[in-house]
Amino acid sequence: MKRVLSKVNVFVLCVVGLVLAFTLSIDNVSAKEWKEVRIGTEGAYPPFNFTTPEGELAGFDIDIAKALCKAMNVKCVLVKQDWDGIIPALLAKKYDAVIASMSITDERKKSVAFAGKYYQTPAKFITKKGAVKEFSKETIKGKIVGVQRATIHDSYLTDNYGKDVEIKRYGSQDEAYLDLTAGRVDMLLADSVALDDGFLKKPEGKDYEFVGPDLTDKKWFGDGAGIAIRKEDKDLVDMFNKAIKAIRADGTYKQIQDKYFEFDVFGKE
Amino acid sequence: MNFSIIAENIGIYFEGLNNTIQLVSLALVIGFLMAVPLAVIRTSKNYLFSTPVRAYIYFFRGTPLLVQMFMIYYGLGQFELLKSTFLWTYLKEAYFCALLAFTLNTAAYTTEILRGAIEGTNYGEIEAAKSVGMSRLKMMQRIILPSAFRRALPAYSNEVIFMLHGSSLASVITIIDITGAARIINSRYYTPYEAFLTAALFYLTLTFMIVFLFKKLEYRWYAHLRRDDIA
Repeated sequence: MKRVLSKVNVFVLCVVGLVLAFTLSIDNVSAKEWKEVRIGTEGAYPPFNFTTPEGELAGFDIDIAKALCKAMNVKCVLVKQDWDGIIPALLAKKYDAVIASMSITDERKKSVAFAGKYYQTPAKFITKKGAVKEFSKETIKGKIVGVQRATIHDSYLTDNYGKDVEIKRYGSQDEAYLDLTAGRVDMLLADSVALDDGFLKKPEGKDYEFVGPDLTDKKWFGDGAGIAIRKEDKDLVDMFNKAIKAIRADGTYKQIQDKYFEFDVFGKE
Repeated sequence: MNFSIIAENIGIYFEGLNNTIQLVSLALVIGFLMAVPLAVIRTSKNYLFSTPVRAYIYFFRGTPLLVQMFMIYYGLGQFELLKSTFLWTYLKEAYFCALLAFTLNTAAYTTEILRGAIEGTNYGEIEAAKSVGMSRLKMMQRIILPSAFRRALPAYSNEVIFMLHGSSLASVITIIDITGAARIINSRYYTPYEAFLTAALFYLTLTFMIVFLFKKLEYRWYAHLRRDDIA
């Protein structure tokens, strides 16, 4: 009996030791200098972030991310993550920052901190050419409107048109485009630039057009797209903010912008 | 932990529950009705009949349910020709696409379960049926199928539970089922733990009810094997 007890004791000591070693090592990690920053992005939101036929991540967000890492002098590791898990995965430390065209909103600020903005463009509806003549709550009543789940567009649509239209929520913008061309939804609501470059300018988007006003209401659309970072990593927020200023000042930002757009996407300073 | 969010939005879970129950029970009923004749054909000695059924089962057991659903939902939408036919009025609906995928999937598995049970029929029973001059059809109806159903029951209860859990895939094609409800809550409030735990409780409750139902059925159908003295 005594021997058994001592064995149990040794075991308990080992477990306690392991747990201690583990917590200490975690503390060490969080106190480290940032040599490597893991960046989460979606890869299904052209032209901001998308996956090339070769399986590589590309787009405005990706180029900005790489430029920021260069300015911060850290190694960048890009991690692909579906949109509706992108904040939970950040909080679960699967990566350290999100650069994926995420709008800075009060709702999101409850869970994460933001660096930036790094660009700002309005939201808009699209529909089949001629399907909606004059846009109003009445003329779109009863229509099926597609939107990407967990986006500012989803919140705006749910809060303002939830009772008037039928909302279909998609995991990615690409899936929503598929269903618009398949005729399963009548309209889509998303970022105007994403809609324009990701769909309307492509062959499959030729029969569709923008409808209704530019939507910028701060309550839903926030302060532009920012870089989401865990609240405790305040040093990383500062680093990113400085890096954004740096690439704006040295012309890198404009270079990347001109590669994708013919206009200023940063909006007001 | 913030379960008040769940309490405020519980309505959306009940909407999801309704969709899940409808989809799963419809798929199971239609799938079972398809599986009985398919299993009879599958056990036929004539390869002309049994081979197509084998191929169907091989395809639906050999590919993931998610892939089948994507092929039906996004895949078929690609063909312009199909979109001009009356079929499109059904295939346009996410609900119908999910139901179609679930039904074909569960029918394939159920056919295999029934095939096993049919082939396990005691040969003495078949000889007895033949000796009194029963046709193959009558033999199926009176002797083979009733005892096959009984033997298939435990395996089939597994299939029902798998189907319930598989139905959570419907949420990826815009259907608000129990999982879809959890995803909406998670995406609005960033509370994955609360949102999915609630969904898990809904599934647990449903599974519990299915298990209970099958226990009752087994009690009745296995009455001849019941030994009250060792229960």
